Amino acid sequence: MSFNLTIILVILGCAIVTLIPRIIPFLVVRNITLPVPITKWLSFIPICILTALVVDSIIIEDESLISIDWSVLTVIVPTLIIALWTKSLSVTVIAGIVFMAIVRYIFN
Amino acid sequence: MLKVIDMEENNLTFHQGVKDCIPTLIGYISIGIAAGIVGVSSNLSILEIALLSTLVYAGASQFIICALLVSGSPISVIILTTFIVNLRNFLLSMTLAPHFTKYSLMKNIGIGALVTDESFGVAINKIIKGEKINDQWMNGLNITAYISWIISCVLGAIFGKWISNPEIFGLDFALTAMFLTLLVLQLQSIKEGKLKLYISLVLYVVITMYLLSMFVPSHIAIILATIIVATIGVMRDK
Repeated sequence: MSFNLTIILVILGCAIVTLIPRIIPFLVVRNITLPVPITKWLSFIPICILTALVVDSIIIEDESLISIDWSVLTVIVPTLIIALWTKSLSVTVIAGIVFMAIVRYIFN
Repeated sequence: MLKVIDMEENNLTFHQGVKDCIPTLIGYISIGIAAGIVGVSSNLSILEIALLSTLVYAGASQFIICALLVSGSPISVIILTTFIVNLRNFLLSMTLAPHFTKYSLMKNIGIGALVTDESFGVAINKIIKGEKINDQWMNGLNITAYISWIISCVLGAIFGKWISNPEIFGLDFALTAMFLTLLVLQLQSIKEGKLKLYISLVLYVVITMYLLSMFVPSHIAIILATIIVATIGVMRDK
């Protein structure tokens, strides 16, 4: 068996620290009723985090400066149109992959 | 009326959760294969990669763990970095948790342990549309994603030597396309009067992300931008 002690310790340690933020809210929320401002705040989280994740894929962070990933930004436009038009997750994901493959094929 | 509720509950089976996971699978499979490839090229064995994807189960973190192992970082640094990268799951779980309070502690732990960006997106999309979700459905969604992820990582590890650059096929864009679609679907389900507020929040996130990315790593920027703009949302929504 090819197991290395350092790697096992890293995996176990990382397993614990990824589990904590995932589980704690489920343990805490059971025992308290959230105040209205908090539930309102939570209602804005999905839109904000999804936007942040999309923006994150457009930004390339180098050592100290940041730049825009133009191929991603270019592909986002037609993908957004497909999303608005079809309202389908599968169709949009497949279309997005095809658009990205085309853009990379043309510009590489 | 009772009949309608019955039908809704019947639609929320484990099987339906599995079905609702399918559109997100391309994302898991392509990123999982990539994570497996990166694992092998970072000198991890196939067994270690299987263990990593089973226990850590987090895309971005798995890439970062591999990179830090290669660079010879101390164990403490790798664990701390992983903790920070995954902190945003706290926000995801906090948003989902209020919908599962009626279930047992163990069920809540089971659901929480498998929360990802993708399963969160699919679940919250249903909630925002005013549809009900339950434990069975959520487990179907979560477990399908979990198993697909582990299998993809292992396949990536096994066949990694032959696929050197998965980016060429545009598969890495699957995740972005998915987040974008989930965002669009949510904006479309928002009531007319509130749409302006939500659109402005989207713009604020774009600006905040851009500014923050100049100063902090992207995983921190994602958390901060979300917290800041959600707070603006509460203040502006009178």
